[in-house]
Amino acid sequence: MDYETIIGLEVHVELATASKVFCSCPVEFGAEPNTRVCPVCLGLPGTLPVLNKRAVEFAVRAALALNCEVHPTSQFARKNYFYPDMPKNYQISQYDRPLATGGYVEFEVDGRTVRVGIRRVHMEEDTGKLLHEGVEGGSLVDFNRAGVPLLEIVSEPDIRSPEEARLYLQELRAILLYTGVSDVRMEEGSLRCDANVSIRPRGSREWGTLTEVKNMNSFRSVERALAYEVQRQREVLESGGRVVRETRHWDEGRGVTFSSRSKEEAHDYRYFPEPDLLPLVLDPAWVREIGEKMPELPAQRRRRLVEEYGLPAYDAGVLTASKSLGDLFDRTVKLYDDAKAVSNWLMGEVSRVLRERDLDIERSPLTPENLAAMLRLIDDGTISGKIAKSVLEEMVDTGKEPRAIVEEKGLVQISDEGQLLPLVRRIIEENPGPVADYRGGKKKALGFLVGQVMKETKGKANPQLVNELFRRELG
Amino acid sequence: MGITKRDVEHVALLARLELAEEEKESFTRQLDRIIRHVDKLNELDTEGIPPTFHTLPELRCRLREDRVGEGLDREEALAGAPEREGDCFKVPPVIEDDRG
Repeated sequence: MDYETIIGLEVHVELATASKVFCSCPVEFGAEPNTRVCPVCLGLPGTLPVLNKRAVEFAVRAALALNCEVHPTSQFARKNYFYPDMPKNYQISQYDRPLATGGYVEFEVDGRTVRVGIRRVHMEEDTGKLLHEGVEGGSLVDFNRAGVPLLEIVSEPDIRSPEEARLYLQELRAILLYTGVSDVRMEEGSLRCDANVSIRPRGSREWGTLTEVKNMNSFRSVERALAYEVQRQREVLESGGRVVRETRHWDEGRGVTFSSRSKEEAHDYRYFPEPDLLPLVLDPAWVREIGEKMPELPAQRRRRLVEEYGLPAYDAGVLTASKSLGDLFDRTVKLYDDAKAVSNWLMGEVSRVLRERDLDIERSPLTPENLAAMLRLIDDGTISGKIAKSVLEEMVDTGKEPRAIVEEKGLVQISDEGQLLPLVRRIIEENPGPVADYRGGKKKALGFLVGQVMKETKGKANPQLVNELFRRELG
Repeated sequence: MGITKRDVEHVALLARLELAEEEKESFTRQLDRIIRHVDKLNELDTEGIPPTFHTLPELRCRLREDRVGEGLDREEALAGAPEREGDCFKVPPVIEDDRG
């Protein structure tokens, strides 16, 4: 039978504030356990939460970027549960009056635009971390993360495939990155994702029973876990069984989801309005100001790169997906006119060199000035494109100017006919076979001969000139 | 809509409370009376009256600037812990994910 896949995603993002959401402890990843805590985030008796203004600003900015309606009044609520990751035995969250509702995210799948609704965006506090490993008779708790501001973004069940789920997440991540509200590093846990998955016979109006999939720690694992879960549900139904409503954990190593036997009572959180916090009433002028100061969003940048620089949609997509790559593009084309050349180098060699060194653009010494200067050295024939690749590597490793690198390493391209001609003649003499091939009509043999000259000159010969010389000599 | 003993047992479980048989009986009667009183209030016509989320309706949520302040050092933080191990609070083993 043909089944339709229905997926909704619940995403948690840590907001990049300096201090926690309800107290002034610093927000820092990787600090020594229990050194970023105070009486408020430890839930000590007699303490009161005070809401962080910047966290509200970030939440409003994100909600507006996701096309949501930001509500003039929202309310915090207590989510009650017994789990030792929160010292209070409740988490301050929002429930029936969230910060914002009714938005959407749009992205391209195979050339068609998919729109996924955003049901709600609300603020809450992050929990502490449980460390299970290697502990006898108990678990250890680090409360550094408890109270870090979180944004929960709940999508409508509009996602129709595991691939769409990944693309939705990538677009969401890009939007959050562009708005500057989070550093959205999935590996460091600043972006986390749970999914509700169900399937139903295509054409059916009724919803299938859903399962909740947790513990997906990368974009790739989201796509893999959902593909696995969809297939699992299909097999259950096709063998005459019924899908059980439950929480399932993704096991990255084994490539399976497994049931985590949640108790029926587990979902009874007994929410009630947080008595320690008054309703959050937003000044409309402030919300308007946050909207007006919205930085450029990924969709706008993609459009601009196509319209302003005539880049293909593919290039615009790649350069936008990584904000730092797009920023480097924008700064480089101000110094060097040929936008397509800049795009090619950024998508190709620059990305390769950085990937090989496991380096972010921001953390590399590569500057737009040096990149533009390197492109000009290619244009004026000082270096070949091939040599430029090693100049680029040197620029990334040392931050030196390209001209200095070229001079230091003697990389200047040889475009002197008097210097190249004897070499071309020698190669012809030493390679009678390929020469005969070329003369016999195998034009490809020329590539081999040119290659020999490039090898002899360590890539410094001007390849166009070498080609020309061979044609003349063999013609 | 009366409260039954099963409701009391359910709520007690959620709150991790262990109740004796006679407590269950007595709490069932007490909670039932409370709920009946709320049902009575529900008879009032509240059409057009905004819900009271807080007893201080004229006040708004105060916001603080995003500035880092002094916290506790680790020894102070752990001083009240019933059990600790190394730099961490120690809690009974967590077997399953009780969270949503």
